[in-house]
Amino acid sequence: MIIVHPLLGPRDAQEFTYLGDASLIHRPDPKADDAAENFYEYLYQRDNLAGEHRELWFHEQGDRSWLVIKRNTLTHDILSVELASDVARREGRSK
Amino acid sequence: MTQTHRVGGGHIDRSQPVEFTFDGKKYQGFSGDTVASALIANGVKLVGRSFKYHRPRGIFSAGSDEPNALMTIGEGARATPNTRATIAELYEGMTVQSQNRFPSLNFDVMAVNDLLAPFLSAGFYYKTFMWPASFWEKLYEPIIRRAAGLGALSGEPDPDQYDKGFLHCDVLVIGAGSAGLMTALVAGRAGLRVILADEDFQMGGRLLSELEQINGDTALAWTMQITAELSSMPNVRLMGRTTVYGVFDHGIYGAVTRNTDHLAVKTKKPRETLWRIYAKRSVLASGATERSIALSNNDRPGVMLASAVRTYANRFGALCGKRVVVVSNNSDGLRTANILKASGAEVSAVIDTRLSENSFDIRGRKAVRAIRFSDGRKVDADCIAISGGWNPNIQLTCHKRGRPLWRDDIAAFVPSKDALTADMDVAGAANGSFSTHQCLQEGAQAGARAVQALGKNAAAIDLPQADDAPFEITPFWEMKGCKGSAWVDPQNDVTAKDIKLAAQEGFKSVELLKRYTTLGMATDQGKASNVLGLAILADHLSQTIPETGTTISRPPYTPVSISAFAGASRFEHFRPVRKTPSHNWAQGQGAVFVSAGLWQRAQYFPRPGETHWRQTVDREVVATRSSVGICDVTTLGKIDIQGPDAGAFLNRIYVNAFAKLVVGKCRYGLMLREDGFAMDDGTVARFSDTHFVMTTTTANAVSVYRHLEFCRQCLWPNMDVKLISVTDQWAQYAIAGPNARKLLQKIVDKEHDVSNEAFSYMACGEITVCGGIRARLFRLSFSGELAYELGVPARYGDSLIKALMSVGEEFNAVPYGTEALGVMRIEKGHAAGNELNGQTTAKHLGMGRMLAKKKDFIGKTLSEREGLNAEDGLYLVGFKPVSRADTQTDALASGAHLIGQGKSDTAENSEGYLSSVAYSPSLKSYIGLGFLKRGQERIGQEIRAVDLLRGTDVLVTVCSAHFIDPKGERLRV
Amino acid sequence: MRHSAFQIFKQALRGHAGWKPIWRSPDPKPHYDYIIVGGGGHGLATAYYLAKKYQGVNIAVLEKNWLGCGNVARNTTIIRSNYLLDGNEPFYEHSMKLWEGLEQELNYNAMISQRGIINLFHTDPQRDASVRRGNAMCLNGADAVLLSQEELRKKCPFLNFDNARFPILGGLWQPRAGTARHDAVAWGYARGADQHGVDIIQNCEVTGFLISGGICTGVETTRGQIRAKKIGVAVAGSSSRVMAKAGMRLPIESHVLQAFVSEGLKPIIPGVITFGAGHFYVSQSNKGGLVFGGDIDGYNTYAQRGNLPVVEDVCEGGVALMPMIGRARLLRMWGGCVDMSMDGSPIIDKTHIEGLYFNGGWCYGGFKATPASGVAFAHLLATNTPHGTAKAYRFDRFSRGFLIDEKGVGAQPNLH
Repeated sequence: MIIVHPLLGPRDAQEFTYLGDASLIHRPDPKADDAAENFYEYLYQRDNLAGEHRELWFHEQGDRSWLVIKRNTLTHDILSVELASDVARREGRSK
Repeated sequence: MTQTHRVGGGHIDRSQPVEFTFDGKKYQGFSGDTVASALIANGVKLVGRSFKYHRPRGIFSAGSDEPNALMTIGEGARATPNTRATIAELYEGMTVQSQNRFPSLNFDVMAVNDLLAPFLSAGFYYKTFMWPASFWEKLYEPIIRRAAGLGALSGEPDPDQYDKGFLHCDVLVIGAGSAGLMTALVAGRAGLRVILADEDFQMGGRLLSELEQINGDTALAWTMQITAELSSMPNVRLMGRTTVYGVFDHGIYGAVTRNTDHLAVKTKKPRETLWRIYAKRSVLASGATERSIALSNNDRPGVMLASAVRTYANRFGALCGKRVVVVSNNSDGLRTANILKASGAEVSAVIDTRLSENSFDIRGRKAVRAIRFSDGRKVDADCIAISGGWNPNIQLTCHKRGRPLWRDDIAAFVPSKDALTADMDVAGAANGSFSTHQCLQEGAQAGARAVQALGKNAAAIDLPQADDAPFEITPFWEMKGCKGSAWVDPQNDVTAKDIKLAAQEGFKSVELLKRYTTLGMATDQGKASNVLGLAILADHLSQTIPETGTTISRPPYTPVSISAFAGASRFEHFRPVRKTPSHNWAQGQGAVFVSAGLWQRAQYFPRPGETHWRQTVDREVVATRSSVGICDVTTLGKIDIQGPDAGAFLNRIYVNAFAKLVVGKCRYGLMLREDGFAMDDGTVARFSDTHFVMTTTTANAVSVYRHLEFCRQCLWPNMDVKLISVTDQWAQYAIAGPNARKLLQKIVDKEHDVSNEAFSYMACGEITVCGGIRARLFRLSFSGELAYELGVPARYGDSLIKALMSVGEEFNAVPYGTEALGVMRIEKGHAAGNELNGQTTAKHLGMGRMLAKKKDFIGKTLSEREGLNAEDGLYLVGFKPVSRADTQTDALASGAHLIGQGKSDTAENSEGYLSSVAYSPSLKSYIGLGFLKRGQERIGQEIRAVDLLRGTDVLVTVCSAHFIDPKGERLRV
Repeated sequence: MRHSAFQIFKQALRGHAGWKPIWRSPDPKPHYDYIIVGGGGHGLATAYYLAKKYQGVNIAVLEKNWLGCGNVARNTTIIRSNYLLDGNEPFYEHSMKLWEGLEQELNYNAMISQRGIINLFHTDPQRDASVRRGNAMCLNGADAVLLSQEELRKKCPFLNFDNARFPILGGLWQPRAGTARHDAVAWGYARGADQHGVDIIQNCEVTGFLISGGICTGVETTRGQIRAKKIGVAVAGSSSRVMAKAGMRLPIESHVLQAFVSEGLKPIIPGVITFGAGHFYVSQSNKGGLVFGGDIDGYNTYAQRGNLPVVEDVCEGGVALMPMIGRARLLRMWGGCVDMSMDGSPIIDKTHIEGLYFNGGWCYGGFKATPASGVAFAHLLATNTPHGTAKAYRFDRFSRGFLIDEKGVGAQPNLH
């Protein structure tokens, strides 16, 4: 596979390490009353979609960016690639 | 033997005769021959034995689709089994052996299977060999295994070199026949970067084998002219002997070039090169493969594809037979007959199944002798040339799981629009367009489409004049009403009867049929058999072929050497080696090295007279604990963490607090995974308000860094903190022992006070050593002694170790390796890899109290789960043998399970295990760390450490894991 | 029809005209006692054991495609019970024992061949882990032998002992492990189930579950509605897709595991061998092909095909471990879609929906589990209580923290 890195252009996927569903960005609030249940859902439960899948890849042998990639799990077509930090900020993560 | 079947013509070089041996017998061919064409020229018919029945087999095809003529080529470690004679280029002195026969090709005892064939029907082995049960491994299976298989491996390491390469292009053209050459020409003239790959050693494809005219000249002349033009273009790369074997995601194609197999003298050149080709577009111009017809005894040597018979005559000047019967269901029949006549063979009959309904049987065992019609007429023949139609070579369009489309008019599968991804085009015979004119036209059009798609302009091109006779076929798959079996998959011995029997037993889906009968699973991957088998199944089930389905092919297109995929990554070069800056120094000291991941670490430093590693390690430990020892700890992961939020960041990473760590101090930290289990431990030193340096274990350096970046970029993107791995930038040495400070003071520059008062336990600082060399000093101890870790920029590592050893002479300083390091950490009860095994929690490791209550950290919430806090969980404790009289019998075994006295050795009674053991020269006893149920409550109890694998059973006392200096007094002196 | 050498002889004399389909192709009935969704190895085994033990019950197996065409048709055929953890080892050893009598029980030769498996180790910590595991196996009644380097040299002289990047220190050998002819396992169970009256309904895709008031009473299929008292789903590889139709999310990701076979070769590799310093394992089939594989590609996919980095990685491991195989040719590569669970271990459990049961999460190791999985799932379906060997395979182990993580890599499926 080839991943078109938003900063570095096309790169062989072999340079990257895969983590999983991009929902892992949304670490639950540990102070919530139902934190235990939320963390369990967050860490263990997966949509595991057949089709468009948003997922996290790490450019381990490159610039060490985490990327959010939208990829079709039936065809492997890549629909978009973004810096995970941009996505995280857009989706409300801060510090 | 002279070349009895050699005739005029062909593209071989008659000025260069080539001698070779086949099964020990000498033959002669010419340069430009394949092994198959040379054997045919010498009148050799019998070349192999089939897989199951060991039936005599001859050369069937003239290409990479060959199912029968598989040979072992070469000698010794270079012997390569299962090589297709039809594509192996002849070279002087070549040794060729037939396979799968005993004692000889001509007399094969296993041919008895052929007589038993009525009992060895499809899937018979699923129905028998079950009694008695123990006989399967002992009797039946060994016989089956010996009978099966094709060629044999030499058993020796492959002595050749292999290489890998990466290529980028605009258009990859797969196949250099008429269509591919035109595509490359159009794309090349438009200035695109073109790669034209062909599996053959000559460009031209089918044009090399047919006597056709293009633009009024021979097809060969046209081929040479176009090839010459393409060769002259700097933007075009011609790759002969190169098979594009697979299509992968995003325009990545796998290809392999055979560089040296055709050379008599093997050079140092890589035998094969594996290419990863990155192409913006590709054009599949891979041609078509002829197929057979199911006739009675159609596997006899001399029964061949008609196109192959033409190839041998036209391209190689070799006659497959002197009296040939041509059998065809399409318009190619007459063409074959005419060529054979022109080459001097007698065509004893032309049977066009579209006209004739007479069934016939093929006679002869080790070679065809005649055909006999059902009415009793007999026609002598030594070769049957069969054409059952053409299968476009669409395999590569299936590699991304695309399904092909059936076309009734040509009775063949072609690539469907759905199967072709946007960047792949198809042209010529691969697309079901069989005339040379159509191939040239489609090739040019595909070239123009590629040019246009890539935003360039294609110049108009005059299409060469060529034959455009229509291809006419009336499907005829199987001749019924014959006595003998009709072969569908000749290599795997699958007959038309087998297919029907499988269907009768319920294996009606193509996928099930394939698996039950092994149809299409031979080395040709169904090129010779799939469509024919499918058609027979469809016919039997009274269905159409599209209703019956098709199996789709998988890579590789043709088999590829495993060595080619491995490339240079073999032997010592399997994986890269990481060496620390003082590696060469350690080597000079006679160190024995051990792999720690990719790192090479000094394991111990034997001295003359030491005959066992234990002597060395005991000495290193004793010397360190009594004076001073030095250990290379460069391999520990080192991560530089900077920014105003660095403290807050670390606070969330580690279970214990870090934000308030004072500048100039270090702290031990434990980090969890988000699931609450221990991930890694290490120390963090604070050099300023905004600057920390973290160490990780050697094993987890990469994964911890990845985890930190995940937290920083994905979880807390607005934290003002930056990370960088500096593992390779710093060489670092542990200096441990009562004399560590004295030694250190000899190299630390005078302005830095490292006295106990000024530089107390857990202090850190940026200093200079040896007269101005920048260094980092950490007062940390893994050994339990007064100890420091001293880091210098990596380029000074080698000098520093020498300097340390030199000033250490007066203290009898010793270098120590990972073994002594391991012994001392076990004596101190520090957890390492065997304890931080991903299955243990902070509590299990005895660090439950470190978990901060007030702050959040990664893993906190899920570490509170019931299962991670069970009272009867396994807790880290120490173990000592009860009896210490004899160190041999009280040797503890890591991996031994802990079982109560008087209890039987069963899983229910296992209460834990020993994770790390060592002989402690300090305590003069074996000691161990391990995990025991409720371990922390059981200090002083006795339990057995049982290793059933090595037969040891040692009574041990449960004790604190801190065997030496439990209060840590030595650390602070 | 009973299979035997005599039967083959008899049929051969009659031109094999007497062989009957080894399973019927019935139309679905409107109602069953049990529906098993998924006609792969696990589904067919479940139906077989259910029908055999609880005679007189009506059972249907619904298969979207053809029976036995999922992962039971595309694995590397290894059977073994060399696990470490309490939650796993008794289950896999139970499976091993069932394999040992399976062919006689099913009257179908699945070519179960106990030629052994050797897991090589290359470092001291790996040896320690092997010893701990081998002892766990022995304590559970399985067999395990620690091989020294010298013993290994005798058994497998073709391994690279002398100029290897990661020297081989020894191996953990399970002599009773081996391989089985994977397709024949599915066919044998199908035939056995059919003989016990199970309706195996092929080309019948489940498109939905009939659920009301928290109770599942049947399924919608491409061949109409079918009702049942209990529905068991055994569709590993497609678990998330199928269970989503019941509104469930699972602790599972779908990944591709590639496998490879070489051209046929005369026997040269005795049993199963796994490399401890790279991703490579190999056995040799009865047809002579080297059957080998390595790691999963590592990204979520349902595509049943992989990419080159893993192909090359596996072959690098192979040639590093046994340099003699380099001149053999790779004949075919394929990919299977596997259920990678969050701790690397499977799930055989009730769901929160009454009447709906789940079996999946087999990672890359479901084939060897087929018999025990069938027994355990049948037991659960029939009795509503987990089978004694499968008590740990519960859904709630993730929320409660009772994980069965053999590798100790945590909640990251592609590392298991």
